[in-house]
Amino acid sequence: MSDVFIALQDTDEARPIIEAILADNPKARLTHSPAMVKIDVPQRLVIRRRSIEEITGLPFDLQRIHVSLISLSGHIEEDDDEFVLSWKR
Amino acid sequence: MDTRLEKKKLSLRERYHLMTRGLGWEPTYQPADKVFPFTTYEGIKIHDWDKFEDPFRLTMDAYWKYQGEKEKKLYAVIDAFAQNNGFLNISDARYLNAIKIFIQGVTPLEYYAHRGFAFAGRHFRGEGLRVACQMQSLDELRHTQTEIHAISPYNRFFNGFHHPRHWFDRMWYLSVPKSFFEDANTGGPFEFLTAISFSFEYVLTNLLFLPFMSGAAYNGDLSTVTFGFSAQSDESRHMTLGIECIKFMLEQDEANVPIVQHWIDKWFWRGYRVLTLVGMMMDYMLPKRVMSWREAWEIYGEQNGGALFNDLARYGIREPAGFRDAIDGKDHISHQAWLTFYTYNPLAAFHTWVPTDAELDWLSAKYPESFDKYYRPRLLYLREQEKAGKPVANKNLPLLCNVCQIPMFFTEPGNPRMICYRESVYEGERYHFCSDHCKAIFDHEPEKYVQSWLPVQQILQGNCFKPGTDPTAPGFDPVAAVLDYYELNVGRDNFWYEGSEDQRNFAAWRAAAQNN
Repeated sequence: MSDVFIALQDTDEARPIIEAILADNPKARLTHSPAMVKIDVPQRLVIRRRSIEEITGLPFDLQRIHVSLISLSGHIEEDDDEFVLSWKR
Repeated sequence: MDTRLEKKKLSLRERYHLMTRGLGWEPTYQPADKVFPFTTYEGIKIHDWDKFEDPFRLTMDAYWKYQGEKEKKLYAVIDAFAQNNGFLNISDARYLNAIKIFIQGVTPLEYYAHRGFAFAGRHFRGEGLRVACQMQSLDELRHTQTEIHAISPYNRFFNGFHHPRHWFDRMWYLSVPKSFFEDANTGGPFEFLTAISFSFEYVLTNLLFLPFMSGAAYNGDLSTVTFGFSAQSDESRHMTLGIECIKFMLEQDEANVPIVQHWIDKWFWRGYRVLTLVGMMMDYMLPKRVMSWREAWEIYGEQNGGALFNDLARYGIREPAGFRDAIDGKDHISHQAWLTFYTYNPLAAFHTWVPTDAELDWLSAKYPESFDKYYRPRLLYLREQEKAGKPVANKNLPLLCNVCQIPMFFTEPGNPRMICYRESVYEGERYHFCSDHCKAIFDHEPEKYVQSWLPVQQILQGNCFKPGTDPTAPGFDPVAAVLDYYELNVGRDNFWYEGSEDQRNFAAWRAAAQNN
């Protein structure tokens, strides 16, 4: 089973996104490097808008992750509520 | 009283469809194949252009909004960096030699990418693909500009930053990245997308930007790390275009599979060869190191690339032909490149050095199979010679590979004691290659690669001297004439770091920064 990953900047703006990913993907593994974090998950990684909003208490447009995003792998599916990376559609 | 109903917001999917698909039309003044003359000659068959969909579903209005935010953040940092003498806070001035290679060899590629995607966006049919190419074209122009702005403060204080545009078209080692991108830009639009979006952006770019950006942060280079972040946030979109366009071609027609496979074989290898320079930057040029080239290759090349090619197997795509040889090279290429640049640095616009003892030990730990056995003794010899006042300089012109244009220093897969040579004869002329894969690229399209502008051949033909130079004059020094043609500041831009003006200035300024 292959991993998918997402890499995000280690910034204030990315923190609730990182927290939400760790909460919604129990198999997530986090690696810190200077100025960035990389999160690997077997097969499928999901980012949920609601989870981010619950952490910050503010409305969040999932497209805002473009501002913090560094890199990713896998196939992407995005709608208003979820951003999903996976192998095999 | 009327109840005011809240207007229902369109979903991301609906918005994307309205703001891309509605933009196209069927031409009536001219037949479509005249308006789009390049969409068929490569042999790729497309039955339904509308099947291409950007999974980010980014529309132009959202694009401008987020790009504007990124720019504001970036320029605030660049200003702060310049105002606060940020150049004094880097780990060591040796680090800046990696940034010199970046502005000399990578930034011009961003501009080529801008042009390439503008071309692709013009010549594809299908609005989804055209909009994605248009956004990437704008991104790449932005990267060119922001990199020049972010790196320019260093030009006020350090050598080797003053003439990158001039050097890119002339300097021998810069023909490696230049010929790579010109090869892509002179392919058809589908080959271009496979070359740059898929093979380079999706498969290989992580190896450049992730360790590089993290490395810049680790070495205190606030300006570079910030443009790195800002550019990289666009890269995810580029990578996505890369994998989506590959799937699009493969799903449209089975006959596309062998064409795409050939391009993947070719462009994986072309990109991998260019990244030799990055391997050298990571292992030798960052005073504070994040990870070795080998580690980065294992994570982003082997694991991530492996997962990708497993996934694409369902379309009948296999891993690139050079993948196994690239794995074999992970223990060697960065060291072989550094040893070559060390001895050729009289002819280069950046400095080289022998690593410190602690750095040599780091390399031994990171390369247990190869470093002590093959490379440490050679570096120690170079150090000895340097200390004895006889630094080893090579003024002989090397044999270049006719495809990747890198001097022939790579060794045989499985035998690091034997230089790898391959050759082909085409129309009575003999051509040389560094590997089976560069040879295969030539053999498939010899008409293209016989036209390669090879710096060494050009020097020998007398094409790299300034007008009016007389090579028959008594005492003519061809190397000095070539350096004059490069417009290199001899003694300041080139030679060893030890004893350089950069080294002296940085030490003096750092001392001054700590006292009155």
